[in-house]
Amino acid sequence: MLLYILRRVLSAISVVIVTVVASFMLFFVAPTDPAGVICGPRCTPERLADITRSLDLDQPALEQIGLYFKGIVAGRTYTAGGVERHCDAPCLGYSYVLGVPVTDLLARAVPVTLSIVIGGATIYLLVGVLVGTTAARLRGTSLDRAAVGSSLVIGSVPYFVVALIIALYATFLPKSQYTSFFQNPGAWASGLLAAWLCLGLTNSASYTRYSRASMIEAMGQDFTRTARSKGISERRVVYRHGLRAAMTPVVTIFGIDVAYQLVNTIFTERIFQLPGLGLRLLNAFNQYDLPVLMGGVIVGAVVLVTMNLVVDILYTVLDPRVRLG
Amino acid sequence: MSDQTLRAPQTVTRAPRARHGDEEAYLEVTDLHVQFPTADGRVHAVQGLSYSLPLRRTLAIVGESGSGKSVSSMAILGLHDPKSTWISGSIKVGGKEIVGMSQKDLMHYRGVDAAMIFQDPQSSLHPYFTVGDQIMESYRTHNNVSKRAAKARAIDMLGRVGIPNPGRRVSQYPHEFSGGMRQRAMIAMALVNDPKLLIADEPTTALDVTVQAQILDLIADLQRDFGSAVVFITHDLGVVAEISDDILVMYAGSAIEHGPVDKILGQPLHPYSWGLLESIPAVSGTPGPLHPIPGTPPSLLAVPSGCPFHPRCEYRDRVPDDLCRTLKPELIPRTADTGRTSRCHLKEPDRIFETEVLPRLP
Repeated sequence: MLLYILRRVLSAISVVIVTVVASFMLFFVAPTDPAGVICGPRCTPERLADITRSLDLDQPALEQIGLYFKGIVAGRTYTAGGVERHCDAPCLGYSYVLGVPVTDLLARAVPVTLSIVIGGATIYLLVGVLVGTTAARLRGTSLDRAAVGSSLVIGSVPYFVVALIIALYATFLPKSQYTSFFQNPGAWASGLLAAWLCLGLTNSASYTRYSRASMIEAMGQDFTRTARSKGISERRVVYRHGLRAAMTPVVTIFGIDVAYQLVNTIFTERIFQLPGLGLRLLNAFNQYDLPVLMGGVIVGAVVLVTMNLVVDILYTVLDPRVRLG
Repeated sequence: MSDQTLRAPQTVTRAPRARHGDEEAYLEVTDLHVQFPTADGRVHAVQGLSYSLPLRRTLAIVGESGSGKSVSSMAILGLHDPKSTWISGSIKVGGKEIVGMSQKDLMHYRGVDAAMIFQDPQSSLHPYFTVGDQIMESYRTHNNVSKRAAKARAIDMLGRVGIPNPGRRVSQYPHEFSGGMRQRAMIAMALVNDPKLLIADEPTTALDVTVQAQILDLIADLQRDFGSAVVFITHDLGVVAEISDDILVMYAGSAIEHGPVDKILGQPLHPYSWGLLESIPAVSGTPGPLHPIPGTPPSLLAVPSGCPFHPRCEYRDRVPDDLCRTLKPELIPRTADTGRTSRCHLKEPDRIFETEVLPRLP
């Protein structure tokens, strides 16, 4: 088991390294004039030279990548406008547009996004599984049809429409803003409530469908019949035997889905004005802030690879048949 | 695998049994009907089934797929969803009426008075719980005991069904067991509460022949130890001859022949039973063509009028007035022997069997 985890962690790290190298090439090596792009339309020759030198764009490609990785591991110093600025490890580069290290920018944005996704995902997992399993138990009744029907409707409406409607009409909800959880948990929760509800509501529709289908399948299995033949209560048959088997595929989807939410909350952040990763990257896009985009790519790759790893390990815990040596 | 599992199948040594009809019935099924309403109409899966079974006896229920043998046995445990099943008639187990019993009472009845072994132990055991967990759950549901005591009981039961090293096996998962061992574990789980009625629904179908013999021996041994009544559902006549005292042949939801196994297999009195015997391939002598029963089993949505077997019966022309097509025969004694019954209009079925069918048998 430990060996299995170690092997998976190593392969996850190599995936991240390959992603970093590939996107570095894409951003800094392949373009003909990356410094000019960063510098922008009102560029002075001095500033251009400054950027080229501090980004090591005058060095060979291999050297550039080596220095970038060195920055991630050990930190480095950038010279911008003649002023030396130290960038602590893990240094993901320096934003010349905003004049701050990329790591600082992302470190402020990631907790916001993480807070949005954790709250939203909790809501849609709980609501989806609860409604889905209940619908499965009441299969064929009008309640079941109502659950399936409304999940279809909610699932068909584009996400940003739901977000806009909540932002426009649910004015009774607390004003949307971000406060650090460690500063004030109450303000943290109330400021994010609108975003959570929006994310939770829209995504709960697909989880209702996954859980319902999975639960119906589990309840039709031979082992469910066996459980019933033992004389245990129906509640125990459903929730211990049925749900346990039904949740494995749902958890798998959930893990990967959360990873995608983390890099895709851009609508939520834009509409609810929360300074998260999506919004930060959107701004970076508009300002040609390549170092920040590069940092975003790295964070995204790490998140996706980590969640995949977590799901794989969780899977071996959930299903004893996939326990590996 | 230890040498214990590799030992040759033992021959079944049975204690002398009570003769048919001597003892009070433990299981009594009377005029049982099971129907499922579907979008295509009502599936009449069991149509007026009646039989009884005393303790310490084994009844084999034989028939093709869809003849109602599994459906009727599931009804004995009350396993049909009352919302989608229509059941009438009576099933009495140890004096308790099962038809119409509340879900709460069914919970206290299932596993205690009657238990079931299913066909495929691979899919019938929960893949996510250890074998010990599943046996302990059965035991603790009906006995107010500690986890430790339940575990000791589970280990004891695993040992009794011939699983080597039960102390270690108890905490393993079903996928770590071989097919035969898994079925033994399933049997241990079914018997953990000493049920007086054991229903085995094709318990050896998914197993290979050597393991099959071992499981049959095991069930026979355990039946002797526990003194229970066993309903054995199968379509394997070889298994029937080996394990059962009585046999009930089902066709299209009805019993068509019922009686002691040596009589029914030695001298069947129904054309369908004749067809079953003729369809067994000869394993010695010159290999010849197989003799399947012509046609297919009828759909239970539209059971043929009269005798349900008449469209496939080559003897129907010997019954006058087209009776086979218009009137369903009663399940009654057909010869001087009143210990057996058959559902057929034919005159002197015993003579037809002796002179026409017997010479054709391989």
